[in-house]
Amino acid sequence: MSEIPPITDQPDAPKIGVDSWVAASEERVERARGARGLALGAFERTPPPFRLAAFVAVACTLPLFVSSGNLFRYGFFTLVYVMLGLGLNVVVGFSGLLDLGYVAFYGIGAYTYAILSSDLHGIHWPAEVTIPIAIVVAAVLGLILGLSSRRLLGDYLAIVTLFFGQAFVTFVNNANPKGLTGGANGIGNIDNISVFGYTLTTTRQYYYFILAAFVVVFAALWSLVRSRIGRAWMALREDALAASLMSIPVNRLKLLAFVFGAGIAGLTGAIVGPALTGVAPGNFDTSILITIYAVVILGGAGSLAGVVIGAIVINVSYELLTPATPDRARWLFYGVLIVALVAKVRPWSRLVTVLVTTAALGFALHELAAVSSSTATTGEVNTGGFLTGAIRSWVVIPESPGRLPDYGYVLLIAMILVLTTVKGWWRVALLAPTLYLAAFVWENLLIEQPSVTRLILFGALLVALMNLRPQGLLGTARVEIV
Amino acid sequence: MSARPPILELRKVSMDFGGLHVISELDLQVDEGEIVSVIGPNGAGKTTLFNLVTGVYRPTEGDILLDGKSLVGLPPHVIAKRGVGRTFQTLRLFLNMTVKENVMAPAWAHTRSGVLSSILRTPRMRREEREISRLAEEKLAFFGQRLMGYRWNQPAYSLSYANRRRLEIARATALKPRILLLDEPAAGMNPAETHEITELVGKLRTEGGYTILVIEHDMHVVEGISDRVVALDHGVKIAEGSFEEVATNDRVVEAYLGASATTTK
Repeated sequence: MSEIPPITDQPDAPKIGVDSWVAASEERVERARGARGLALGAFERTPPPFRLAAFVAVACTLPLFVSSGNLFRYGFFTLVYVMLGLGLNVVVGFSGLLDLGYVAFYGIGAYTYAILSSDLHGIHWPAEVTIPIAIVVAAVLGLILGLSSRRLLGDYLAIVTLFFGQAFVTFVNNANPKGLTGGANGIGNIDNISVFGYTLTTTRQYYYFILAAFVVVFAALWSLVRSRIGRAWMALREDALAASLMSIPVNRLKLLAFVFGAGIAGLTGAIVGPALTGVAPGNFDTSILITIYAVVILGGAGSLAGVVIGAIVINVSYELLTPATPDRARWLFYGVLIVALVAKVRPWSRLVTVLVTTAALGFALHELAAVSSSTATTGEVNTGGFLTGAIRSWVVIPESPGRLPDYGYVLLIAMILVLTTVKGWWRVALLAPTLYLAAFVWENLLIEQPSVTRLILFGALLVALMNLRPQGLLGTARVEIV
Repeated sequence: MSARPPILELRKVSMDFGGLHVISELDLQVDEGEIVSVIGPNGAGKTTLFNLVTGVYRPTEGDILLDGKSLVGLPPHVIAKRGVGRTFQTLRLFLNMTVKENVMAPAWAHTRSGVLSSILRTPRMRREEREISRLAEEKLAFFGQRLMGYRWNQPAYSLSYANRRRLEIARATALKPRILLLDEPAAGMNPAETHEITELVGKLRTEGGYTILVIEHDMHVVEGISDRVVALDHGVKIAEGSFEEVATNDRVVEAYLGASATTTK
């Protein structure tokens, strides 16, 4: 038998367990010093109840600044996505169950409320009865979906739940037994929410109502994920077999996660239905599901505050890009370009070079175009707001552009692809013409077709954000297998 | 032995996968405070034995008793709650949870707070949380300085390999098990760490008071820790006794080295 070496675990000697995480601590400290680090640090040092209170305080003052229509689009629906995201986060973020039928529970909540409080069947129950019923119905259906798929994980669970979501839409659309769901027309004239004799009528009242619901749901989930149930959900997500061998009843917790997610979605649906005064099958289709997933993934799966941030980013940017107000979309477009440049181009001298070159290039091309043709720069600026003057003398806007913007669009994509492959000064040199081309394409093509542009830009924004932070805005990076 | 029933008893346990007999009519007893090692070449059925005891598989025949009560047919989480804690040959930590959370998770077995009391954070729930937290700290402190201090709040994936093995043992002990099943605790360790594991298993018995069933390939470790050694080959118990008896047993040598080794010896 060979000599066994002595144990080298003296306090001053290098420890066996010193690892990459510890070794990288210097880097983390360094990173925490910047402006972002200070903000994150301040966020982390604030006790959680104060964080929630600060958010609610800001949210409470929102109706003072914005019009009723904007409050509905930006305020109310952001909170709707926050609520839906919180529910989905329980199922996907904490328990790791890929539930693609989630949006059906939102629909079930809305439809339950609509059936029990509208002219369709002549039933007008008050909200203090119908909202709990909507929650219970959604939760029970969540339990049934969970029971039928309790042995499934991963892709298999995703397929079964996706089917459930589709089945719901088809059911309310086509099956419509005895006129129960109103078929493709949906249910109109839903009663306003009326709690103990007090009826909500204005957008502002609905906004405060959903804000209150959000506070309750958020606080409840915050406590729950910091209890043994939250830990068990996470253990289930990490390794279901190991969790069951550590005394955790895996199936029961899976069902609990489904029930919780479904209940929260049902509650949200029961608030949105009356707020919209009508429900239709199209309100609960896959596009909503994708948006909710985007909220959770962008915010950071497994982070409650992340869901709030994710919902704000997604709903506000999506609404800003709405076809009705092209000048807001323009602000967002140029704003994001400049913010991205400031964040990504280093050092400062290089950033200044790029900005100056782009500006100079624009004026030069504009002059050149004006000299060469009398109609090259006389096109109308599409509702420019007070940027109109700057755009008219900088961007080339021909009176009859023909196919030119289309070619420009294709060239722009090619140039962006080239940009991602070249390095150093080449990139800086290419950046200015690319930026100018982007402005040209925007003013001549994209702003003319807002509904398509909205989706293109929204997609581009998500791709860019996920590339910058794959774990989501407030999520923590996870490992699969090490 | 005394009249008390052994902590763990296997009676003629068989396990077939299709036509493959992985375990055949295995009898095994582990008494209170004992450390029993299971050895055998690859594919002998050692890990299957652990999977049978913990309820991952249900034996085709035979009975498994913990403190005289049958475990057969119970789901794994109930068996774990009854007092069977285990580690895994290929580590199965909750990698994205913190070190402390990893050890707090198995405390499910001896806490009772439900959904409502967790949401409301009732005094009882908070007391339970404090107890779990203290339990986890105590279990982690068992490993000296290695899993202490700032490491508590580190994600488990950031630990080194050896520390992950230690954390798995800590996690299993947080169940407050009657018997601890260790699946190759020294696999992949360097000689110094292997030596430390040998001491650790001894310490688990003397200071922790655990009864231990351990699978191990490293014969130095087996020699150092075992009261009794059981050798398996193709699911059949081929030898049982002290380390010297088993190590010199002809059938054991044959199982490890082939038939000619015994004749030329």
